[in-house]
Amino acid sequence: MSRGVWTMCWCTACILLLAGCSGWQSALDPKGPAANELAWLIWFFTALCTVVWLLVMAVLIVPLARRPAPVGDPLVLDAAAERSKMRIVVAALAATALILVGLTLLSYFANRTLAAIGSDAALTIRVTGHQWWWEVRYENDQPNRILTTANEIHIPAGEPVRLVVTSTDVIHSFWVPNLSGKLDVIPGHENVLDLKADKPGVYRGQCAEFCGAQHANMSTFIIAEPRPVFDAWLNDQLRPAAAPVSAEAKTGHDLFLKRPCVMCHKIGGTIAGGTVAPNLTHIASRQTLAAGTLTMSRGNLAAWIANPQGIKPGAHMPVVRLDGDELNAIVAYLEGLK
Amino acid sequence: MSSARERRLAGEGAAAGKGDLAPERDGPRDTSLDDSSLDRWLARTWQTAPGIIGALSSVDHKIVARRYLITAFAFLCLGGLSAVAMRIQLSGPERGLIGPDRYNQLFTMHGVTMMFLFAVPIVQATGIYLVPLMVGTRNIAFPRLNAFSFWIYLSGGLFAWVSFALDMAPDVGWFSYVPLSGPEFGPGKRSDVWAQMITYTEVSSLAVAVATIVTVLKQRAPGMSLDKIPLYVWAMLVTSFVIVFAMPAVMITSTFLILDRLVGTHIFNPAEGGDVLLFQHLFWFFGHPEVYIIFLPATGMVSSIITAFARRPVFGYLGMVLALIAVGFLSFGLWVHHMFATGLPKLGASFFTASSMLIAIPNGLQIFCWLATLWDGRPIIRTPLLFVFGFFFTFVAGGLTGVMLASVPLDLQVHDTYFVVAHFHYVLIGGSVFPLLGATYFWFPKITGRMMSERLGRWHFWLAFLGFNAAFFPMHIVGLWGMPRRVYTYPVELGWGNINLFITAGAVILFLSFVLFTINLVYSASRGAPAGDNPWNAGTLEWATSSPPPSYNFARIPVVTHAEPLWAERDTLPVATGLRVDARELVISTVAEAHPDVREKSATPSIWPLFAALAVGATFLYSIFSPWAVVWGAGPIAITLIGWFWPKGDPEDEE
Repeated sequence: MSRGVWTMCWCTACILLLAGCSGWQSALDPKGPAANELAWLIWFFTALCTVVWLLVMAVLIVPLARRPAPVGDPLVLDAAAERSKMRIVVAALAATALILVGLTLLSYFANRTLAAIGSDAALTIRVTGHQWWWEVRYENDQPNRILTTANEIHIPAGEPVRLVVTSTDVIHSFWVPNLSGKLDVIPGHENVLDLKADKPGVYRGQCAEFCGAQHANMSTFIIAEPRPVFDAWLNDQLRPAAAPVSAEAKTGHDLFLKRPCVMCHKIGGTIAGGTVAPNLTHIASRQTLAAGTLTMSRGNLAAWIANPQGIKPGAHMPVVRLDGDELNAIVAYLEGLK
Repeated sequence: MSSARERRLAGEGAAAGKGDLAPERDGPRDTSLDDSSLDRWLARTWQTAPGIIGALSSVDHKIVARRYLITAFAFLCLGGLSAVAMRIQLSGPERGLIGPDRYNQLFTMHGVTMMFLFAVPIVQATGIYLVPLMVGTRNIAFPRLNAFSFWIYLSGGLFAWVSFALDMAPDVGWFSYVPLSGPEFGPGKRSDVWAQMITYTEVSSLAVAVATIVTVLKQRAPGMSLDKIPLYVWAMLVTSFVIVFAMPAVMITSTFLILDRLVGTHIFNPAEGGDVLLFQHLFWFFGHPEVYIIFLPATGMVSSIITAFARRPVFGYLGMVLALIAVGFLSFGLWVHHMFATGLPKLGASFFTASSMLIAIPNGLQIFCWLATLWDGRPIIRTPLLFVFGFFFTFVAGGLTGVMLASVPLDLQVHDTYFVVAHFHYVLIGGSVFPLLGATYFWFPKITGRMMSERLGRWHFWLAFLGFNAAFFPMHIVGLWGMPRRVYTYPVELGWGNINLFITAGAVILFLSFVLFTINLVYSASRGAPAGDNPWNAGTLEWATSSPPPSYNFARIPVVTHAEPLWAERDTLPVATGLRVDARELVISTVAEAHPDVREKSATPSIWPLFAALAVGATFLYSIFSPWAVVWGAGPIAITLIGWFWPKGDPEDEE
């Protein structure tokens, strides 16, 4: 029976590991120096722990595999055998202590390596956790160059950036495993996370601290781009919202400003100035909607506006009563906000 | 028992204390009675009265423990069912079987039930049953307090699950972090239910801890000096001390929370100078020792089972005892490793890496000593030993992933992911539930007088072992792939679907193994083979009395000469005599050497602990709605306590 168990465990492990290396949200697929260091640490600890575990199991199996036989008087012990066992136990204990000291030092130095990654970061981004989306603000000395957006964080590839994370409601945790470990996002505290993406790419992250009904649908994307692309994106985003072109979009624009939408959302260049919900100035330039819950498309925009509680039950976006034409108009307007 | 080896208490050493009582105030003693009239006397004195009032008034530690065990098992079933419900929801991406609101209540109730209503009560209940038997006394210390603790526990548990049935169960996790559970973000009564349920189940656990400590330190059989106490009893002693120091921390946390919610204090409100991390520090100062409260008794069970099956005294007894005490102390020094991701100062966090690693040393020592105990044995493999094997297999793996989590940087990747879920289920199911299951097969004969079915036992073990590993091993991997905990769903694109389906299949197998276990329990309780006093030929005192033990446990109090008394004194156990048989009397012995010191009365049955528990329960229930509960509840509680402590006119009361 036990051989069967082993075979099964082994097969399971292999299949799982092979299936593994897909992830655009995986700690085992590092894409930056911090995640690299951590992935190395994970593999090293895993290997060492596996060896220790196998040794313990080997020592356990020996007596269990012997043919059972009753022993004589349970209180008669061989003094010499006991002494040699004592020596082995003490040696094993010393080895344990040594391994633990080694691992402690290793993690201490790894921690120092991580701390050094962002010491020269030029770009500071303030990330504020909300139930259940991320507010992203690019800090700048010039007030007119401060950019506020949501859920998607564009960064220049190959450069360290500094994220200052905080929350206005409950505790969240910012985590993009391909780039770095997680850091809690705590109201009343400002935590600093430095990270760097080695190459351009899209890296998915997700809130890691339970934060209420829609904790499962609170993702973020870090989009690393070459520096010129990033600069162009930043300049683009700093512009006010595009004016509606078609007649339908114009109707949508007017409707948006007359409806409760403006109470929560901001659209740069209009009177919509709410700050409790994501900034929509360039919403159509984003890849996803509702903190990664839906991909950006006309259909999904309409679905989300018509029934946010069906898609993300408990979310703070209320259902605003709109007839079909009104909904189409608003979607047409938002779709134009590139 | 041979009368040639009897020792008279009154004549022995320091037994003077109550020996000074005037003879006319003394009733008949066991010294002069023959065995059958002694049994009649003792049965009349110690038996629980028949009828419903008698049952509700019982203070017999065995009866209270049985109630605890059955109740905790019922809560285990509820906790298990909630886990299966969650696993079915997670078996595929974007499944809509359970919505976020229900799911969040489910995972909260799963955690709360397993930690507060199953794990802690069941290890304490096992202690309530076994500790008095193992130390050779007739009842637990403070038996009415012990009875009270059960009623409190039962009402706390019912309260939590009734609130679930009413769709108002706590929904912010068993840890209930502020501000999510605070007044602003936790509307309704859900977090209040959490806070008061925690406070009052912990009252019961504190009561049992105090009773256990006093039983072990003061009621040991004559001669059971500190170096002859069974390791299981040592484990319960250390656990009880850990409870006494850890539980107040969580009671303070939950009380602060309800104050914030009900009275408008701002202890955890950052806008008013409070701090949300304070909650986490307080909670984990309890929360980490909690793990050892669950684990240490299990190490005692493993020691008992290994000793009996290896048929030799445990290797390195002194080292084992020191390891238990060291784990007890160190468990208070590592709570911060639950908070590595909160952005603590780096050097401070590194200190907690070191302290978390350090606790692996005493735990390692225990493992090595068990292996050395088994090493040259030729054990007969029966179900209890199979579960000990399961314990090694899984607990060692869980301990090693624990070493990984102790490392600050590594923890930042795996914290709050399924890797951690895998880790603590390996530690808690592997380290505590498997030993508990082994212990069930091991001590069931003592409790019921019948053996459990070995065939069903083996099926149970292999199903549980395979199901457990199939369910929890892949969680390590999916955690490293980035799947966070406490999510009610996940998107298709992330590719976690297949592995989650596999995990759910494992969980169902694990659940089925418990169905089999239940069948075995029910079947064996009525149809199992008669067990006899000592079916495993084990060496400790609980096996010296009949199975199940009589209400008075031992007709004559045994005298202990060896750590394994039944192996040292194969034919007859020496006994001490001199106790009254017409009143509930115990031998109180000295703390270190266990010299018999005084004869002490043990409390008689009383209905008042039940009334007191009802009054306390009603107060707690009301306190969810109004702080005035404390004022209005004080009266009824005071009345019940007066009834409880009403003097009986015993000579002792008047001294």
